[in-house]
Amino acid sequence: MDYLNALVALANFVIVPGLAYGSQLALGALGVTLIYGILRFSNFAHGDTMAFGTMVTILFTWWFQSMGLSFGPLPTALLALPFGIGVTILLVLGTDKAIYAFYREQKAKPVIFVMVSLGVMFMMNGLVRFIIGPGDQRFSDGERFLIKARTFKEMTGLREGLAIKTSQGITVITAIVVVAALFWFLNKTRTGKSMRAYSDNEDLALLSGINPDRVVMITWMIVAVLATIAGTLYGLDKSFKPFTYFQLLLPIFAAAIVGGLGNPLGAIAGGFVIAFSEVTITYAWKKVLNYALPDALAPDGLVQLLSTDYKFAVSFGILIVVLLFKPTGLFKGKSV
Amino acid sequence: MTPILKHSLLFAGVAGLLVLEGATSGFIFTGSWNSALVILNMGLISAIMALGVNIQWGFAGLFNVGVMGFTALGGLAVVLTATPATSGAWAAGGSNIVLALIFGAMTLIAAVLARQKMPVGLLRNLVTFGILVGGFFIFRAFFDPAVSAVEAINPAIEGSLGGLGLPVLLAWPIGGLLAAGAAWLIGKTALGLRSDYLAIATLGIAEIVIAVLKNEDWLSRGVKNVVGLPRPLPFEVDLQNDPSFVERAANFGLDPVLASTLYVKLGYALMFTAVLIVLLWMSQMALNSPWGRMMRAIRDNEVAAEAMGKHVTRRHLQIFVIGSAICGIAGAMMTTLDSQLTPGTYNPLRFTFLIWVMVIVGGSGNNFGAVLGGVLIWFLWIKVEPLGLWVIELATSGMAEGSALKLHLIESAAHMRLFTMGLILVLVLRFNPRGLIPER
Repeated sequence: MDYLNALVALANFVIVPGLAYGSQLALGALGVTLIYGILRFSNFAHGDTMAFGTMVTILFTWWFQSMGLSFGPLPTALLALPFGIGVTILLVLGTDKAIYAFYREQKAKPVIFVMVSLGVMFMMNGLVRFIIGPGDQRFSDGERFLIKARTFKEMTGLREGLAIKTSQGITVITAIVVVAALFWFLNKTRTGKSMRAYSDNEDLALLSGINPDRVVMITWMIVAVLATIAGTLYGLDKSFKPFTYFQLLLPIFAAAIVGGLGNPLGAIAGGFVIAFSEVTITYAWKKVLNYALPDALAPDGLVQLLSTDYKFAVSFGILIVVLLFKPTGLFKGKSV
Repeated sequence: MTPILKHSLLFAGVAGLLVLEGATSGFIFTGSWNSALVILNMGLISAIMALGVNIQWGFAGLFNVGVMGFTALGGLAVVLTATPATSGAWAAGGSNIVLALIFGAMTLIAAVLARQKMPVGLLRNLVTFGILVGGFFIFRAFFDPAVSAVEAINPAIEGSLGGLGLPVLLAWPIGGLLAAGAAWLIGKTALGLRSDYLAIATLGIAEIVIAVLKNEDWLSRGVKNVVGLPRPLPFEVDLQNDPSFVERAANFGLDPVLASTLYVKLGYALMFTAVLIVLLWMSQMALNSPWGRMMRAIRDNEVAAEAMGKHVTRRHLQIFVIGSAICGIAGAMMTTLDSQLTPGTYNPLRFTFLIWVMVIVGGSGNNFGAVLGGVLIWFLWIKVEPLGLWVIELATSGMAEGSALKLHLIESAAHMRLFTMGLILVLVLRFNPRGLIPER
């Protein structure tokens, strides 16, 4: 029995990746939940908005790299991020003006908005593939690790190493900063309060003189910021591939629904719930258990509950369980 | 122009496009009847899928984005029905797999019963949890060795349980039944939820079905694919070696190779048309029956329908099962046409969302609209690629030969397909939201 090594192995293979993935999902789910709360529909194009923002960031990163610009040990993509955000804001505001505004004026049913977002999803997906191609793109540079497994072993003298990738560290720190800024904005500023008021009760908000166009515009801008950051962090951590981003839709929606659609706090909690259940259920526990259990009880097999290909099944299973027992999500969500 | 005339013209227009594809070359057309028939065959299958979605969405307003899953289940049915059983697989572990699956299902039922029968409290939660966790490990203890035993049998070409060795046409209704069973399970859990949740639920189920097909090698060989499935029609090579067929082909002035390929494709086209007509007739009867009126009443105002004594959730479940079964039939037909099951090729954009474009463009709530949309959008899906290339070549004709941008644009032209589908969907929703053939 060796609890310290078990703990380090657990941190290395479950906690650190789970935290990073959870932060990425939480940022994605925040975007979905804001659109749901304020524009009142499930935006199926969100995964592709993330892909678009990431793509623009990658293009700027490549440009900067070709000019020899770098951010020291940090990835150049962080320098390119503001530009990616800017272009994505223009894109979503353009989409809103050209496509969604018409249906808002008509007061169309939410399901019509969902259909329209399917069309937007196709268009964005096609656009991204057209510009950058359907293949895998790696764009991370700078220092790869904050702590290397070997350095950690030498430092502590333990048998297990703990590796933390720079991208994982950046993901968690960025997520904390972004979430703090978002909550400050929603709770303290006048605009943020008007957004929450609009989300709680549209008619009452209109009566009290809140300008709906402004609320909608600011929502889209925030969503573009969140989507680009989430997408870029995910791309830095893993890699960028348009189809993968489209598929992120499922865990992101699962996170938003598990937390309670329309509730920002819930989106964050949901992101971590989904991420940690995916990682823990598809992780082979043999190593950790070998350390943690007495030798007589050490397992023979891998002790992997499900193969990694079933990670969608996990996020979906959690989704169903929460919906059956707590239909509005862990934190109280809203329903249209 | 009366609506009937207009709608007939629309159908004639789509038929005209297919004839142009077969008869003329140049622009985006290839001038090959083989190509025209390939498009027609998949178009007919798409039309049947669109019919299934239309029954759920157009009749009852259910938002199902899990079409891909039901299609794949139909494909699985072909493997399970038509392939011969792998010799020794059942003795090696097949029966244990089945027993383990039954045990797994019983564990779930026991957990549900425990929750229903026991008084609320900590004890109930502990017992439920215990049943589920204990059941899972016992299940894996029986399941895993049986699976390895089956997968060890000649893994290069077999390594799965195989099927029942029945005629392949039987797989079509069986595919429908399989999809219906899955739909019943999903509907039982998810139909009480709001529309958005149902959408996400079906999206997730479809991904899970594909994940199972990809990973459970004992069932469908996973990503190793099942190829060479039995066909309901003779092979082209056999026809070419048949003197009487060659003679008949010569009477039409065709060479045997062309005649045999056309013969097989026409055969499929006739079979698919027959299925489509039967399903279309049934859907029309259903739509115009009291049952269809009730469904539309529920769709338009659930509260009012419920007040009239209609059991909304039960009716929703019913129509969800029926629509999904139709998608399952179409999926089985598609796998029969390809004569292979390749789980890696199922993609939600192509198998779920494209079907939705078909339904919306054709006209939701109208069965003929769904059929028209199915064939038309499938034609466009195929032809947007050469069309995009044509447009790009025209647009870049002024650029220097071999410039990087020009090369990139020409290479990427194929991806215009998704963009165009999105554009069509958005334009139709904006300017003609009721579709080409609107609901009456």
